[in-house]
Amino acid sequence: MNDQTTAINKINQAIIKRFPDWVQIDEREGYEGLVVETAQLIPFMEALQDEFGYDSLTSVTGVDYLPEDKMEVVYHIYKSTGGSILVLKVQVPRSNPVVPSLVSLFPGAAFQEREAWDLLGIRFEGHPNLKRILMWEGFAGHPLRKDWREAFYEGEFKPYEDRWPEGKVSKVETSNPYQENIRYPEGFNPETWIPDTEELLLQGTASIKTETDDMGLETEQLVVNLGPQHPSTHGVFRMVAKLEGETVVDLEPVMGYLHRNHEKIGERNTYSMNMPYTDRLDYFCSMSNNFGYALAVEKLLGEKYQPPERAQYIRVIMAELTRILNHFMAIGFFLNDLGAYFTPALYAIKERELILDIFEAVAGSRMMCNYFRFGGVVRDLPDGMEEHIRKMVYERLPRQVDEMDRYLVENEIVVGRSQGVGVLTPEQAIAYSAVGPVLRASGVPYDIRRADPYSIYDRFEFDVAVRYHGDVYDRFLIRYDEIRQSIRILQQAIDTLPEGEILANKPAYKFRMPKGESYGRVEGPKGELGFYIVSDGTDNPWRYHVRAPSFINLTGLREMSLGEKVADLVAILGSIDIVLGEVDR
Amino acid sequence: MPDELNKSEYNIPPEMEGTVAITTLDRIYNWGRRYSVWPMFFGLACCAIEMIATAGARFDMARFGMEIMRPSPRQCDLMIVSGTVTKKMVPQVVRLYNQMPEPKYVLSMGACASGGGPFKRGYNVIAGIDKYLPVDVYVPGCPPTPQALLFGLMKIQEKIDKESISEVRWYSDEPDEGIPVPILGPDLIDLRDFPALMKKEQEKGNLA
Ligand code: SF4
Repeated sequence: MNDQTTAINKINQAIIKRFPDWVQIDEREGYEGLVVETAQLIPFMEALQDEFGYDSLTSVTGVDYLPEDKMEVVYHIYKSTGGSILVLKVQVPRSNPVVPSLVSLFPGAAFQEREAWDLLGIRFEGHPNLKRILMWEGFAGHPLRKDWREAFYEGEFKPYEDRWPEGKVSKVETSNPYQENIRYPEGFNPETWIPDTEELLLQGTASIKTETDDMGLETEQLVVNLGPQHPSTHGVFRMVAKLEGETVVDLEPVMGYLHRNHEKIGERNTYSMNMPYTDRLDYFCSMSNNFGYALAVEKLLGEKYQPPERAQYIRVIMAELTRILNHFMAIGFFLNDLGAYFTPALYAIKERELILDIFEAVAGSRMMCNYFRFGGVVRDLPDGMEEHIRKMVYERLPRQVDEMDRYLVENEIVVGRSQGVGVLTPEQAIAYSAVGPVLRASGVPYDIRRADPYSIYDRFEFDVAVRYHGDVYDRFLIRYDEIRQSIRILQQAIDTLPEGEILANKPAYKFRMPKGESYGRVEGPKGELGFYIVSDGTDNPWRYHVRAPSFINLTGLREMSLGEKVADLVAILGSIDIVLGEVDR
Repeated sequence: MPDELNKSEYNIPPEMEGTVAITTLDRIYNWGRRYSVWPMFFGLACCAIEMIATAGARFDMARFGMEIMRPSPRQCDLMIVSGTVTKKMVPQVVRLYNQMPEPKYVLSMGACASGGGPFKRGYNVIAGIDKYLPVDVYVPGCPPTPQALLFGLMKIQEKIDKESISEVRWYSDEPDEGIPVPILGPDLIDLRDFPALMKKEQEKGNLA
């Protein structure tokens, strides 16, 4: 820990020495990183990229500091060769929050800047397509601003007031003018209000070109809409594709159909109330979501809350089982997308059920485990579970991966449909902030478990899976590699699992939270899952932001799809492996 | 031919037992329908994963004649609303429901679809799909286990059993108007509430 802090300090000093007029250390209590002059942001980032090698802009988000009348944009950036994260900040007045857009340098910032505009109303100057992304165009207000209140507003922070004042039930619905989760802005006149057309949404793709070729035949481009209810979009995702014949010439992903206001609710919650909500982000992988959130909060809480040995091992075991589960399902659904409708998925579901049995035994729930606590895990493994897991990871799972491998990997249709399709080069992958299997399939061996180890991953022997073609086929194969590596980790972990405590402190539901910020990240099955938390010393987080891997991996979707056939869109999307709960949050 | 169809009042000659059944029109009509409910392949959120698990080998929805999940609303009888319905999504959900041919049923799966669930207070969340669609069966849980979903599906079958061909709404003379699709304005606008909305705004003095 201390080594890391000194290393970060050294880097910070080096940067300040290079740009004494542009940056200064963030000196607020508990904060880390550097504050950059807004006007110099672009040249500074350019230099950081060229001279210091910081090439991956992983997270962009905003914070509304209402009491100080400031808006802050927070950037997390790292080197794709490894090392810890650098935190950069830009501060702007709340009345006119305008920040230069970084899309020209880091195209991966595109969606995140749109999200900050949508939810916080920070305007990014120079952004090529700055419109709402999670809510719809025309929605009133920027919901994550601290002075914005939802229709079912009950209080700033939980726990709320008594729901039974003087013995009578009080419901939030009844205090709302429409008795429903609806509120219209002042001066809204339903008679004269004109609905925004879909046109705005399709701005990028809607201009249809008509051409006449040399033989005098007229051809016209065509806009095809896939989703939000479409069997291949893995939920409620939507793609608007512009086609020339069968070739995709433009594509716009549309999301937000499952935007459940995770962050707004999270900022009203106390810290421990958020744990079950993280289960519902990427609902295949509740254990790794718990992991990321627990790490971020433990970082804030400090040394005292470092989990004991046994808890660390249990955490790793659960996280790796989750990865196996997720990749099995990813393979199964990917085959669905290729047209092998449901048989491979049934094989995947079978393995998932067996892993879920373990989760149900340890956590009490199949999907929504809510198993991690700050400083450990909630329950120890039940009797006989160790033996059960050992059997799974030594006998069952290796056999099943090989079986899936035998059935699918050399299948002619799979190879034919996926090799050379949807290529993302390593440079593009880094530029688009791709993470996880998508990044590694493009030949960048970046895995947080190795590059910036957390928990006890530095004790295990495993290889970082990497493939080099960056096409759909490699993104499919890398999931097998990762399952095999996870099995390796699991075997070591279960063999060395120590006895002992599972929680560093007494179970509690309130914590004395020091002031400050923290960013905890884990290598989730879909990539870097980060939680950015700002604490103002109270029981509730001031800012709670989730850096969702599948959301940001979608930034590169357009790049992967251009020039491909429309039928391959489905395969490309399937190979990214998105989960809508996480994309839209 | 299963005995469940036979009505006990009629005696079937012994040599024909097992091959002939004497029954009512309602019974055979419902018997045919209860074993071929086609759910829509339509996942909204986390609950959808448990719905898929129900279709998997361990729980095997196929035992109820329901394994054929259709992505197109035109070919479905049952809409399983499996997850959080957001304001942005509800126009599509309503449209899908309108596009389903009769007879149609709605099963609300999970806390979110039934009443908003953990996300009820969210600014983009509908507190229950029953604000828009007529729900036949609610399945509680977050997410409901596959067993719970199967139980819900069996409840749908029971409901089908009780229907009578002379009363069902899809043979009545009244045309099916469908449910007005809500509009995304500054907030969600439910067209059925439009008059009330106008009145409220008038009271507030926003309208002339
Ligand atoms: S009820 Fe629970 S599991 Fe189902 S969609 Fe809502 S949050 Fe997800």
